[in-house]
Amino acid sequence: MKELICIVCPRGCHLRVDEEKDYRVTGNSCPRGAEYGKNELLHPVRVLTTTVRLEDAAVRRCPVKTRQPIAKELMLRAAKALDAVTVTAPVRCGDVILSDLLGTGVDVVATKDFPKTER
Amino acid sequence: MDDVIIIGCGVVGAACAYALSRYELNVTVLEAGSDIAAGTTKANSAIIHAGYDPVPGTDMAKMNLEGSNMAGDICRRLDVPYERVGSLVLAFDDADLQCLQTLLKRGQTNGVEGLKLLSGEETRAMEPNVSGQVLGALWAPTAAIINPWEYCLAMAETAVKNGVRLRRNCCVTGIRREQDGFLVTTTRGEFNAKYLINAAGVHADAVHELIGEKEFTICPSRGEYYLLDKCEGQRVRHVIFQCPGKEGKGILVSPTVHGNLIVGPTASPCAPEDVSNTAEGLRQVRERALKSVPTIAFRENIRNFAGVRAASDIPDFIVRESRSVPGFFQAAGICSPGLSAAPSIAKRLTELLARSGLELREKTEYDDSRRRLRFTRLSDGEKNNLIAKDPRFGRVICRCETITEGEIVACLHTPIPPYSINGVKRRVGAGMGRCQGGFCSPRVQEIIARELHMDPVDVMLEEEGSYILTGETKGGGKNGL
Amino acid sequence: MDYELIVIGGGPAGLAAAYAAWEKGLRRILILERDRELGGILNQCIHNGFGLHRFKEELTGPEYAGRYIEMLKATGVEAKTDTMVLQITQDKCVSFLNPVDGYRTVRAGAVILAMGCRERTRGAISIPGARCSGIFTAGTAQRFLNIEGYLVGKRVVILGSGDIGLIMARRMTLEGAKVLACVELMPYSGGLNRNIVQCLRDYDIPLYLSHTVTDIVGKQRLERVTISAVDADRRPIPGTEQSFDCDTLLLSVGLVPENELSRQMDVEMDRRTNGPVVYENMETGVEGVFACGNVVHVHDLVDFVSEESSRAGEAAARYILEGETAKEPLLTVENGSAVSYTVPQRIRPAGVDKNVKLFFRVNRVFGKAAIRVRAGETQIACFSREHMAPGEMESVTLPKTLLPRGGVLTVSVEEVEA
Repeated sequence: MKELICIVCPRGCHLRVDEEKDYRVTGNSCPRGAEYGKNELLHPVRVLTTTVRLEDAAVRRCPVKTRQPIAKELMLRAAKALDAVTVTAPVRCGDVILSDLLGTGVDVVATKDFPKTER
Repeated sequence: MDDVIIIGCGVVGAACAYALSRYELNVTVLEAGSDIAAGTTKANSAIIHAGYDPVPGTDMAKMNLEGSNMAGDICRRLDVPYERVGSLVLAFDDADLQCLQTLLKRGQTNGVEGLKLLSGEETRAMEPNVSGQVLGALWAPTAAIINPWEYCLAMAETAVKNGVRLRRNCCVTGIRREQDGFLVTTTRGEFNAKYLINAAGVHADAVHELIGEKEFTICPSRGEYYLLDKCEGQRVRHVIFQCPGKEGKGILVSPTVHGNLIVGPTASPCAPEDVSNTAEGLRQVRERALKSVPTIAFRENIRNFAGVRAASDIPDFIVRESRSVPGFFQAAGICSPGLSAAPSIAKRLTELLARSGLELREKTEYDDSRRRLRFTRLSDGEKNNLIAKDPRFGRVICRCETITEGEIVACLHTPIPPYSINGVKRRVGAGMGRCQGGFCSPRVQEIIARELHMDPVDVMLEEEGSYILTGETKGGGKNGL
Repeated sequence: MDYELIVIGGGPAGLAAAYAAWEKGLRRILILERDRELGGILNQCIHNGFGLHRFKEELTGPEYAGRYIEMLKATGVEAKTDTMVLQITQDKCVSFLNPVDGYRTVRAGAVILAMGCRERTRGAISIPGARCSGIFTAGTAQRFLNIEGYLVGKRVVILGSGDIGLIMARRMTLEGAKVLACVELMPYSGGLNRNIVQCLRDYDIPLYLSHTVTDIVGKQRLERVTISAVDADRRPIPGTEQSFDCDTLLLSVGLVPENELSRQMDVEMDRRTNGPVVYENMETGVEGVFACGNVVHVHDLVDFVSEESSRAGEAAARYILEGETAKEPLLTVENGSAVSYTVPQRIRPAGVDKNVKLFFRVNRVFGKAAIRVRAGETQIACFSREHMAPGEMESVTLPKTLLPRGGVLTVSVEEVEA
């Protein structure tokens, strides 16, 4: 039996996951919690949120996220991989900034609009 | 070859530069720090003392009184915030009442005007928030509050405007006597002058001993303070002292010219530049201040700081020619009331220089004025005229103190421009408020970088090494490991 | 009258309030925002976890703000950015300053205060030690990092386990910094549990509960901090010191509602929340002046800010279109045991539609607990919870039918035997 704090929403339910009984989850308040509890023990995943370099906009960084969660152990490598990426305004929220991050099949998308500005 | 080199640009060095700038002289001021007014001058009680405290007959007594009398005029001419709010020394027991008598007598001998003993009731009528335990007080109407670093800046800026040269980041490393004067070596080259003034504050003994024999020792003493938010700024209307003890003038409670409440200082021996706060020191400040004013809300604190008094082992100011080095003039051991005395110290040194042969010829053209634009003080019409001319006055950068971009840009183009975040803070007040620069420091940094053509990463908080950013994200790096 | 409604602040609270007021029929609405763009602090909160209640999906801060900005674009709500409000009078004259309009005073029928909050600083908690560079509030470091693109340090200690501090522990780690410790004065975390897990545990960052920073060393830049364990009265215990060589100390030691304008206009304040005292419809003690979001009380989730602010916006519209709310009868809401504040502090049943939602925080951690609402001595409602903590905002919903005709309502929390 493993005890976990659910992170799918800010509620932070205290979960108990029974590895012996097919990863049955108790203490959850929603189905997403049950899924999280099982995944967290089998193959934990996280959404990566970070920034990339931005040009021709009012500021010099564009916030981005992975469209789907990626394996937890890839977080630091994935963040590092984005150091090399530069986008140029205009950028629209949802634009794909990098596709297939580290071969995961997951895209990295912009999370904010940036109109082009004259520098 | 300069006529005079002044070592140190705190309030004493600045006052000397200002006094000498009236005459046809070549004067250079050498400041070790990256900015002026950045030592004892920026971290003290910000009081111009009435002058009842020093022992009659001492230089301290004479210069306190004269300096205090000169300060009002200088502040008016040079646009420095100064308010003659008056001070009260509180008595809590018979010994204190005795002490008030002594102070009254001293004050009268020193020539302080308007001193008066008050009863407990009279004191509370004047200052309703003082303790019910107060038995009486000494009222000194000529005590004033001041912006100490602006006082220093204003005198130095006026001196520079009238031809005095200022070198910052210029630490004196050696002094040699040459045929017709001195050779001063620094971290930024060599300088020659006929006369030297030592206004090096906590380092005055070390500077003197670069060439002279030991005549005095600086015994630095640290004072810790609280600075409370403006919502506490009306807690008292006058400077509230307790009776002086062996640790100096004791803990005071006072409004500041910025509208805050200042509470402190302690007194404890320290290293020359140790301006750390200690849990014990801060506890003492709180405890002792509450004795005077029991309702101070310390939860409204916005900043603690500490300053180092440059006291010496001689119980008076040392304002004289070095005994071992003729032509080398000392302004040392300038502890409290040094801020009050500064213009008088400068006056005395000018006289001594003249006596020793320096010719003082007044300049035919001398600009003895300074104005600083304070946006919030303008009328609505003036504000709009200004914004129409320069829209940057319509953009508030420091939200707590309502300081506009226009004011920050203007200070970066004054005779002594700041290069650091704290330098801007001292000149215009950005970052002095309740959020302590949380919102505005990134914007100030950006403006400094833009105006002075610097990389934002190179903008320091104060001195070289006090970097704020290590570098850009995404693989950039410049400062630190 | 220049505007029906002026909203002070264009962060999540102001945006939701203005939008709701427009939806309810107001047509002359002005938002005044001091920053360069709308969205407030959400613009620098690039992490996800926003919007699960409001939009039923997980959004990042900029995405959440973007939704509201898009919604407002479809309305005629006017917004001025780069605009600082300097004064509001009781008769709703708003004086503001910006580079385009200069210094101007405009008059409104109603005003909504939505100025948000600011971070507590080193001064507010009087941390002893040197005053070198390298000490930042977590939010300032976050702005440098996420918006300006600069890293403030490489070896970091974080004081306070508020959410911004926890989020910054992860952000700085992802940007290559080493976070050595997160230090919390209280015996429990001030942030959400999920952030302890995904920001600290995921990166093996130790959390020191019941500890605080007792010394700061550094000549120019920070070189070392010392932390100490604290006793039950939160006093450092001598002999428990441990030092960390670091170049950065981030402070995440609480937020303070930003009410200088409210105080200046003599709005009645609540010492517990540091925000205005509000009625059931978020109206302050000054008629026609409403307040919502973190300026009233510090929220844990932006979704609840939006919800509260929508109510304020709707109420402001009702005030303009239908007139003021009947002042009598009046209920006062007070804190019972273990409750540190309640919002609203006053209820006019005449202003309640069907239900009234009471927000509050507890002052310690609870396992299974009961929330009791009493009218005088009589319990009128009881709610149970599995877990409660000071870091999380709680709420209960009372049907209008349960409200007494006047007097005092008390909210208290008690442990329940498992």
